[in-house]
Amino acid sequence: MSMITPPPEGPSAGAVLDAPPNGAGTLTAVEAAELGLEPTAKPRSLLRRGWEVFAENKLALASLGGVVFMVGFCFIGPLIYSTDQVHVSLAQSLCPPGSGHPLGCDQLGYDLLGRLMTGGQTSLEVGFAAAVVSVLFGTLYGAFAGFVGGPIDAFLMRVVDAGLSIPYIMVLIILSVIFRPSTTIMIFIIAVFYWLGVARLIRGETLTLRTREYVQAVKVIGGRRSRAIIRHIVPNSIGTIIVQGTFAVADSILILAGLGFLGLGVSPPATDWGTMLSNGTNYLQSQQNYWWLIYPAGIAIIVTCISFNFIGDALRDAFETRLQRR
Amino acid sequence: MAPLLEIEDLRTYIKLREGTVHAVDGVSLYVEPGETLGIVGESGSGKTMTALSIMGLLPVGGHIAGGTIHLDGQQIGGLPEDVMRKIRGDEIGMIFQDPLTSLNPTMTVGKQIAEAVRLHRDVTREQAMDRAAEVLDLVGMPRPRERLGEYPHQFSGGMRQRVMIAMALACEPKLLIADEPTTALDVTIQKQILELIDDLRQRLGMSVILVTHDLGVIAGRADRVAVMYAGKIAETTDTGTLFANPRHPYTEALFHALPDKAAETRERLYSIPGVPPDLVNPPKACRFAPRCRYAQDHCREEEPRLLGENPEHLYACFYPVGEAERGRTVAARVNAAQPAVSAETFARVPGEVVLAAKGLVKDFPVTKGLLQRRVGAVSAVAGVSFDVRRGETFGLVGESGCGKTTIGRLIVGLEKATAGRISFAGGDLASASGREYRRQRRKIQYMFQDSYASLDPRMRAGTILREPLVVQHIGSRQEQQRRVAEMLDHVGLPRNAVERYPHEFSGGQRQRLGFARALMLSPELIVADEPVSALDVSIQAQVLNLMSALQDDLGLTYLFISHDLAVVRYLSDHIGVMYLGKLVEVGPAEEVYLQPAHPYTRGLIDSAPTANPAAEKAKVRAGVTGELPSAISPPSGCRFRTRCPRAQEICAEVEPPLRPFSAKLHMAACHFPLEVPLSLEATSAAEPA
Repeated sequence: MSMITPPPEGPSAGAVLDAPPNGAGTLTAVEAAELGLEPTAKPRSLLRRGWEVFAENKLALASLGGVVFMVGFCFIGPLIYSTDQVHVSLAQSLCPPGSGHPLGCDQLGYDLLGRLMTGGQTSLEVGFAAAVVSVLFGTLYGAFAGFVGGPIDAFLMRVVDAGLSIPYIMVLIILSVIFRPSTTIMIFIIAVFYWLGVARLIRGETLTLRTREYVQAVKVIGGRRSRAIIRHIVPNSIGTIIVQGTFAVADSILILAGLGFLGLGVSPPATDWGTMLSNGTNYLQSQQNYWWLIYPAGIAIIVTCISFNFIGDALRDAFETRLQRR
Repeated sequence: MAPLLEIEDLRTYIKLREGTVHAVDGVSLYVEPGETLGIVGESGSGKTMTALSIMGLLPVGGHIAGGTIHLDGQQIGGLPEDVMRKIRGDEIGMIFQDPLTSLNPTMTVGKQIAEAVRLHRDVTREQAMDRAAEVLDLVGMPRPRERLGEYPHQFSGGMRQRVMIAMALACEPKLLIADEPTTALDVTIQKQILELIDDLRQRLGMSVILVTHDLGVIAGRADRVAVMYAGKIAETTDTGTLFANPRHPYTEALFHALPDKAAETRERLYSIPGVPPDLVNPPKACRFAPRCRYAQDHCREEEPRLLGENPEHLYACFYPVGEAERGRTVAARVNAAQPAVSAETFARVPGEVVLAAKGLVKDFPVTKGLLQRRVGAVSAVAGVSFDVRRGETFGLVGESGCGKTTIGRLIVGLEKATAGRISFAGGDLASASGREYRRQRRKIQYMFQDSYASLDPRMRAGTILREPLVVQHIGSRQEQQRRVAEMLDHVGLPRNAVERYPHEFSGGQRQRLGFARALMLSPELIVADEPVSALDVSIQAQVLNLMSALQDDLGLTYLFISHDLAVVRYLSDHIGVMYLGKLVEVGPAEEVYLQPAHPYTRGLIDSAPTANPAAEKAKVRAGVTGELPSAISPPSGCRFRTRCPRAQEICAEVEPPLRPFSAKLHMAACHFPLEVPLSLEATSAAEPA
C-alpha cells in the first residue's frame, strides 16, 4: 500500500486548477472537475428506495391494502364480531342476510360472516406457511444444485423432474384421504409439490449468476466460493426468491381452495374458503337463490390472490436496483 | 443533379417517462446519387436516430417533431406506416449492426431474402428464390444455390452480414443505410465487408449512408462526412478536407484522441474532458462548449449556426480551429485551465522478467448427450510461451477466437491450464495452493472488458472497492475506507462516488471503477482484457491515459489484451500476435508494427482502418482473406496456412517454430517470413529449393 502516492490536490470550487503534480494529477484534477457528479443527498437505505418504487405502483398499494384488510378481517375480526363456529344450530339453517346475521347462515346454521373469518384464518395460515416452507426448501435445493453442477446437479434436477411429472391433484387426493386433513397436514401436502417449481427456478437463476463476471471477480481478488455465494449470488437472486414467495402464497391459497372445493379440505368444524365454496354449490341448484353461500367466499379468494399477485409484480420492480431513484 | 436524399432541419424526439430526449435536433444533410455519406459520432450523438428517422423505424415513443426528408423529390418524413412499408426495403435498404439478431433463426436464409423480394415485387415463389440466389452470389457467397436452404446459425458472422446485405439489396434500392455494419466483426472480416459494400455501390450505382463511430472506417469509404455531436451536425464536408483541415474543435479533438497518431511519439492522448450533455434539457448554447478547450464566454451563451467559408464545408463554431487560424490566435485562445496535448512522453526501462508463460495449452472439452460424453476439444491455446518484464506493457492482439482472452484468464487463475507453466516473480503459480495461492492472487489482478457486468449491481461503489481488502483481511474498516477514497482520487472519480451503484455511472466512469478495484490490492501485474473496446474514442483516450499515468506512478506491469492493433501499439512495449491459439509473432511494438515478419501480422495491420483517407485509399485489396478455421480441428502444420498468400506444401506438413528476427527478441513463426531471419542455419531447412 505504500506504493500509493498521496492523492493530488482536489479541484477547488472554481474552474482554475493548480499546476498538477504529475501525469495522473493532470487527469484526475481536470476530470474530477468535469465529471464531478453533483453532491448527493444523504443516501437512503435499500429498503427505503425499494419502497419508493413500490409505492409508485398504485395498484400494488391498493393490493397491499387489500391483504392487510384481509388479515385484519380474519384474525382481528372475530374479537369484534364473535360468533359460535363450533355448535350447529339448525334453526338458523340457510337464513338469509339480515339483522343478527349480516351475511346470513349456511345449511348448518353457522353465521357466514364469522365463518368467513374462521375459514380465512385457515386459508391465510396455510397459504403463508406453505409458501415459506416451499420457497425456503426449494431455494436451498435449487441453489445447491446450481452451484455444484455436474452429475449431482443432474441427479437432483431429475428428482425434481420426476416430482413434477406426477399429476399432483391425484396425489393430493390420496394424501388427504390417508391423513385426516388438519392445517399442518395441508401445509405440508401443498409444500411437497410447490417447492419443485421453486427449486427449478432458483437453479436456473444460480446458473446464470454463477457465470457473471462480478462473481468471477471475487475469485480474482482471492475470495472463497462461499463469499461469492453469500455476498453476490444470494443478494442478486433475493428479488426472484421474494417475488416467488409472494406468488407462492396466492397459489397455496388457491390449491387449498381447490382441495376444499373437492371436499378434501380441513375437516369440520374447521373450515376454509374452498370448503365454504363447495358447501355453497350444493345449494346452487335449488329453487331458492342462496347467493350468500357463494359470493362472500369466492370474492375473498379472488381479492386475496389478485392482491398477492399484484404485490409480487411490484416487488419485482422494487428489488431492481436500476429502477430505484436516488 | 438533384440530391437523392435531402434532409432539412430534421428533429426527432423520443418521449420517455422522465422527459423528452431531443435525439436529433435540427439536422440537415443531403446524399448525392452514387456517393457514400459517412455519419460519424459517439454513442448518443443521434447518428442512429437520424438513420432510423429516414427509415421510419423509430423506437417506441420516438417521433419526427419537425423538418422534412425528401427521397428523390418525394417527402417521406412521417409518412403513414403502410406507405412507408412500400418504400422501406424497396427504395431504401438497411443493414443493422448485429447480423445474428437481425436474422430470423427459424427461417432459411433463402426464404428470408425471398420474403423481401415478394413483399415488393409481383413475382412467384420460384422467381423470388432465383433472385435470392442471384443476390447471394452478388455479395460473394460461395455456392449460393446450396446455401439458400441453410439457417442463419450455419453461417459465420461475416457471412451472416453478407446475407443481411443481400437482403437489403434484393430489390435494388437507391439508397443503402448501413448502421455500424462492421462493429461486431473482426478487422479482417470488417475489411472484406466494407470492400463489398463499396464495390456494390459502384456496380449498382446506389447511394450509401455509412453510420459509424470509427473514423478509420469513414476515412477509407466515405466521399463526404457529417460529424454529429449531441443531436446536431458539428461539421460536414468532403472526407479529404475533413481529415486534412478539421475546423470544429470537436472534430479536431476526436482526431487527437485517436491512438494511431500518438503511437510513434508515445505522447499522451488528448482526451476530451467530461461527458456529452443530457439531451432531455439540451443547453441553449454551443453543446460542445463545456468540453471545448477553446470555448469562450460567447460559446456558453449563444448557439452557433452551421455555417462555413463555403457551402461545401460547414461547421457550427464561433471560433473554428484549423489551417486558416493556425499560427494566429489559436495558441492564445487555449484555455489555461484545460491543458492541451501534453508534450510528456512515456519511455520505460523494462526490468527483469516478472511473468513467464511456458508452453501454455488450454483445451475446452466438447461434450455431447446426456452423459456429457467427450467428443472432442476446442484448442483455445496451443503451446504459447512469452515473457513479460517488470514495468512494461505486453500487448496481446488477435481476432476473436484466437485465444488471447483465454491466456488472460489462465494467468489470473480463472481457468486451469491443460498443460504448461506460468511462473510469476520466480514462483510457479500452478503449484501454489490454498492460502498461498490466495496471497499470490493479490499480485495479479484482472480488469474486465465489460465493466458493467463485472460490478455487482447490488453493491455500492464503496463496497465494491473495499471488497478486495475485506477478502484479504487488510486493515481496519477506517483504513479500508480511507484507501478507497485515495483510490477514487487516483482514478479521477469524485469521493462521493462511494455511495453510488454501478448503473449510476457512465461507461467511462465504470471502467475507471473497474480499474480502481483491480488496483486496490496494490498488484504488480494487471491483466486488462479489452478494457477500452466498449468505449467511445474520447472516453477511450481518458482511460488509456489514466492507465499509462498510473503505470508510471505505481510501477505497474500490464498484460494488455485487445483486438485493436492501434490501441495495443500505442500502449505496449512488446506485442504478441496470436492466431488460432498460437503465438505467431512477438517482439518490440514498433518493430512488429513497422517490420512485421509474419504474413498474418501484416494482414492485420493492413486490415485495421486508420484515420487517414490517403493511406486508406492506397491500400486496396490488402488484408487477410477468408475466415478463421474451426479450433476443434485446426489446420495441420501452420494454422494460418488456409488464409496465407505465401502458403506452400511444407506449411501443411511442418509447424513453423518461432525464429528470431532481430537482437531485440523479435520472433515470428513462419516458413516464408516477410523479413530475413537472423540465423540462416535455422532457416535453411525451410527455405524453398
